Amino acid sequence: MNFDLTDDRQMLQDSLRRYLADKYPVEHRNKVAYAEPFHDDAKWGELTELGALFALAPEDAGGMGGEGFDISVVFEELGRVICPEPVLGALMASRLMTAAGADQEALLSGATKYAVGLGELDAPYDLDGIATVARDGKLSGRKSLVYGGQAADVFLIAAKDGDALAVYEVQASDVSVTGYGLMDGAGAAEVVLEDAPGKLLLADAGAAIEDAVNAGIVALCSEAVGAMDVLHKMTVEYLGQRKQFGRPIGTFQVLQHRAVDMLTEIEQSRSIVIKAAAELGGPDASRYCSMAKNLIGRAGRLVAEEAIQMHGGIAMTWEYPGSHYAKRIIMIDAQLGDTDYHLSRVAAAA
Amino acid sequence: MDLNFTPEEEAFRQEVRDFFAENLPDDIRDAVKNGGELTKEIMERYHAILNKKGWLGTTWPKEFGGPGWGPVERHIFDEESCAAYAPRIVPFGLSMLGPVLQKFGSKEQQDYYLPRILNGDDWWCQGYSEPGAGSDLASLKTRAVRDGDEWVINGQKTWTTLGQHADWIFCLVRTDPDVKQQEGISFILVDMKTPGVEVRPIKLIEGGHEVNEVFFTDVRVPYKNLVGEENKGWTIAKYLLTHERTGIAGVGFSMLELEEVKALAKKITRNGKPLSEDPLFAARVAQAEIDLEAMKLTNLRMLFTAQKQGAPGPETSILKIKGTVINQELKDLRRRALGPSAAPFPGSLSGSNLDVAPEGHANNAARYFNNRKTSIFGGSNEIQRNILTKTMLGL
Ligand SMILES: Cc1cc2nc3c(=O)[nH]c(=O)nc-3n(C[C@H](O)[C@H](O)[C@H](O)COP(=O)(O)OP(=O)(O)OC[C@H]3O[C@@H](n4cnc5c(N)ncnc54)[C@H](O)[C@@H]3O)c2cc1C
Repeated sequence: MNFDLTDDRQMLQDSLRRYLADKYPVEHRNKVAYAEPFHDDAKWGELTELGALFALAPEDAGGMGGEGFDISVVFEELGRVICPEPVLGALMASRLMTAAGADQEALLSGATKYAVGLGELDAPYDLDGIATVARDGKLSGRKSLVYGGQAADVFLIAAKDGDALAVYEVQASDVSVTGYGLMDGAGAAEVVLEDAPGKLLLADAGAAIEDAVNAGIVALCSEAVGAMDVLHKMTVEYLGQRKQFGRPIGTFQVLQHRAVDMLTEIEQSRSIVIKAAAELGGPDASRYCSMAKNLIGRAGRLVAEEAIQMHGGIAMTWEYPGSHYAKRIIMIDAQLGDTDYHLSRVAAAA
Repeated sequence: MDLNFTPEEEAFRQEVRDFFAENLPDDIRDAVKNGGELTKEIMERYHAILNKKGWLGTTWPKEFGGPGWGPVERHIFDEESCAAYAPRIVPFGLSMLGPVLQKFGSKEQQDYYLPRILNGDDWWCQGYSEPGAGSDLASLKTRAVRDGDEWVINGQKTWTTLGQHADWIFCLVRTDPDVKQQEGISFILVDMKTPGVEVRPIKLIEGGHEVNEVFFTDVRVPYKNLVGEENKGWTIAKYLLTHERTGIAGVGFSMLELEEVKALAKKITRNGKPLSEDPLFAARVAQAEIDLEAMKLTNLRMLFTAQKQGAPGPETSILKIKGTVINQELKDLRRRALGPSAAPFPGSLSGSNLDVAPEGHANNAARYFNNRKTSIFGGSNEIQRNILTKTMLGL
């Protein structure tokens, strides 16, 4: 048994942490996360140079990692600075392209930005509900809340092709893209396809899509762990500094215990994410990813709400960094299946 | 034991319901439904509509131009105004300063300020909290020093809700720094146009502007702006705290919120089925409904006691705690029901005809985040528990 990171992953973590702490302070983050194009193109380039994207793909696909733990390392660091760069889309697209054996040099070098269109208005989480159709290489339908879609050059779109699910590569210039900013920073898009020309990437793509979603879940859960860890530390620090009634509020036992409950949930979160990351790519991946996403959904709500409450008014402000962490942690629940969706999946499989 | 309202009370309920049906303009109702920030114009227009009917000072006795309602009538009014999607009455002049002046103000102050509050001549805000004095309000530092027939005020208030619209601010200030904290505080009225008063906006978590910082630099106001006796401001603050308590559970708002959640869950489809048929979501809604049903009764029981005893007791802290928790849960459900469609920044899709949320729900995430304030302000839920520990448990 060994829960230490390998040397390579440790180096990746160190270099990402250093870079992001230096180049993505929260003031900068808020500036770019809430204004078009809802990320920072220059920083995107620098992150790629650091190998953040290469770490997401296996060697035979041109990358340098691609395992659950590689994904976890990258996204936990992104979560620590609530980074709005569209890395999730790159990860999920890379999984699909790896499955298809497609060349992904442009993706991994950051030159081309990818977003993945799965969810739809009436079926945000469940792939069975996809109504976008492909006929003779032309796609029609609407993909909703495509994360990173506002900045994407290329979309990978899941569509019904006859009875099967297929994935098509569609150029942003061939569809109508309405980009917008999000409550928790970063951007997304509504992508409307009307007989849009697509290049078939994967026919019969059900399993590959499931794997891409699982990878995305490991990423989001790791991001949440990073963000929760930082928010918890901020809270504890504040409890030590803020004085009311002539003493630090951290001396009130009721707040101490609640800060400990947050810690407990964060440790539990970390554990379930390690499990999900370890199982990624294996036969039980979906089950453990659902467990992780459910637990993170519950823990995230507790951590975010308790952090705000224990700070008092200050955490209700835009100016205080903690408020942005809380928003991101809460909104992660609505990406790739929420607490209830994944609970029902775990229950159904039991 | 009788859970029914009297026929008179039921008749009153009908009267209130009819009044809102006939007099609440559609644009105001829609603005409330959409849950964005209400403009000053809307709030003033709404106040004027109530004032015309004599229903604006809901807690005011007849002699001061109020309707002279008791707790039950106020409760019915609150429920019906919520159900009609009427705005919340802006509380600072009407349910905070008004009652204070009625109890502690001079005849001259009452004659001058009270009609102006009802007529909307003056918009008031509340200057209590300071950067260093939140839960521990008595530690406030803003200083007022007497200079002849004037006060000279220096210091800073913060979290001043809707101070950007205000003409006047009522402040707790330190007038004697050498005695026990609670014994050196006075209650003073300040015209916001006085030189030396500066208002700076605070942006809230969801991006809205409803609170402010207010700075005082050598602000001179007449001595007669003191309310009650010098250094007796803490008594007034405490009185206000008990007065703030009727309606503190926000039952009417939660009832409406529950209906909204249910209707929304029927509208949202997940893979061809309405969300209301998802057993896990339905269970969450049911749980909230059960808690709210009990809260309605808890609220009425405490109202009944207040009616009997003439004043609400310390157990009303239970209403604050549970009432805010239930309302926050309902706000969570509204956001949760939308799934990712709750994510767009408010307004970012309006006008694009690609809106992802059903009408009236585009602000659900913003509402959820903004509403976290309710367990923090007005005495945080932790402070309420401290109060209950002392008063109800005797520990
Ligand atoms: C949106 C908003 C609007 C507001 N509007 C107004 C307004 O119009 N006018 C005005 O004067 N004020 C207003 N307030 C201020 C509000 O009353 C204060 O935020 C509140 O009193 C809490 O103070 P604080 O924020 O300084 O938190 P703190 O007092 O610093 O509390 C931080 C945390 O410590 C906890 N805590 C503190 N003491 C204890 C204790 N003894 N035991 C256990 N836990 C404790 C608190 O419950 C909280 O969780 C507003 C606040 C907000 C957020």
